Amino acid sequence: MRALVVTGLIIALWQLLVSVSGVPVFILPGPLSVLQASRENFSLLGLHAIYTMAEIVLGLIAGALIGIFCAVGMSLSDFFARSLRPLLSFSQAIPVFALAPILTLWLGYGLASKIVVVVLIVFFPIASAFYDGLQATPEGTLDLARLAKARRWKTFLWLRMPHALPSLGAALRIAAVYAPLGAVTGEWVGASHGLGYLMLLANGRMKTDLMFAAVAVLTLLTIALRTLVDWGLKRQAL
Amino acid sequence: MTEAAAIGLQGFAAFGNTTLFSGLHFEVQPGWTCLLGASGVGKTTLLRLFAGLPTGATFDGSIRRPEHLAYMAQDDLLQARLSVLNNVLLGQHLRGEKPDMARASQLLKSVGLEGMEKRRPATLSGGQRQRVALARALMEDTKFALLDEPFSALDTANREKMQDLAFECLKGRHVLLVTHDPVEALRLGAHIKLLEAGKLNDLSALRGKAPHNTHSKQFATAYRELVSRLAGIK
Repeated sequence: MRALVVTGLIIALWQLLVSVSGVPVFILPGPLSVLQASRENFSLLGLHAIYTMAEIVLGLIAGALIGIFCAVGMSLSDFFARSLRPLLSFSQAIPVFALAPILTLWLGYGLASKIVVVVLIVFFPIASAFYDGLQATPEGTLDLARLAKARRWKTFLWLRMPHALPSLGAALRIAAVYAPLGAVTGEWVGASHGLGYLMLLANGRMKTDLMFAAVAVLTLLTIALRTLVDWGLKRQAL
Repeated sequence: MTEAAAIGLQGFAAFGNTTLFSGLHFEVQPGWTCLLGASGVGKTTLLRLFAGLPTGATFDGSIRRPEHLAYMAQDDLLQARLSVLNNVLLGQHLRGEKPDMARASQLLKSVGLEGMEKRRPATLSGGQRQRVALARALMEDTKFALLDEPFSALDTANREKMQDLAFECLKGRHVLLVTHDPVEALRLGAHIKLLEAGKLNDLSALRGKAPHNTHSKQFATAYRELVSRLAGIK
């Protein structure tokens, strides 16, 4: 509630600043012009938002699955862990922003290159947080597995994984916020659809109010996604 | 070999250069054996050696014990994301056996937690959690139970209740209880052992039917003797 009031105040101040100073609309549009631009371009924004949302959701799901698969594999097999750990750190050392043009070159202007950027951004935090969670099972708990002479994957299933689920939940929440960043980065480099593409297009034509509207839609999408992920995780008591 | 002789430990153990015990010869008798000793003297190490759990100590010797063990630690080790029933069945789950739900429910009833199968550990009190841990230990159908101060985190009223319950439930088994509480050792122990300077010494336990009444004159005398004996440990 307080956050809503603060947000309202900031928007009011913004409008006041624009009205009083008389800044031209193509430099800084006020919230009212952004709202008007959103209304005029409603279907255009909606169309591009659908593309971006598809990239984000598909990339997030694929990235999460790959991240979870890596973490589980590393936890179950020492060989896998030894081979993959350095590779994981290495993959994170490559700046994804620098890779985006190459991915566009290889995969084209369509969804695929953007999905791969999102995957590259989200898979590492998920893999590393979940793996750390799996390795952080308390010794006392592992004693129960030793007493039962449990096989490795039974220990994983009944003790390690339940202990690591909160870590996975935290990583998924972070990933939901970073995924849109990956999608828009991919679109900036080369795309024919998506909010990132629309932003560049509007910017080039001095339609700054439309660009702001695209940013606003992306922000709302991010908040919606984060809320949805949070709601889903809370339902699983995470 | 008789059943009674089937559980025992002999040998040498050390932490680095510090010898915990050497030439130790420990046969666990039927009934309750309470193991007393100052902090850091190696009580828990001895119990964990029996359980086959990692101790960080070097051990050279032999251990004879049944394949399955009942084990309770100070921490109840309940798994927060599993139901009470699945916590009791954890040993079977971990071994990949078919879970015997009827027996688990029966054991929960016997520790006074009937109808709580579906609850999560977080919704239980400290005393109830330790009862679930007791039921989990009882699921192991074995002669040998190892208890590492399982009652020490409970308040006084709950502790006596838990002692009585555990004593009742573990009747007929070989029980090794590590404790720092002389009252607990006297109440429950048919045998009281003191680990000091790397040796196990027998102390006199109360005769008759345990758990003993702490308000009797006999108990008070034995308690004074035991405490003065323990105060003599350097």
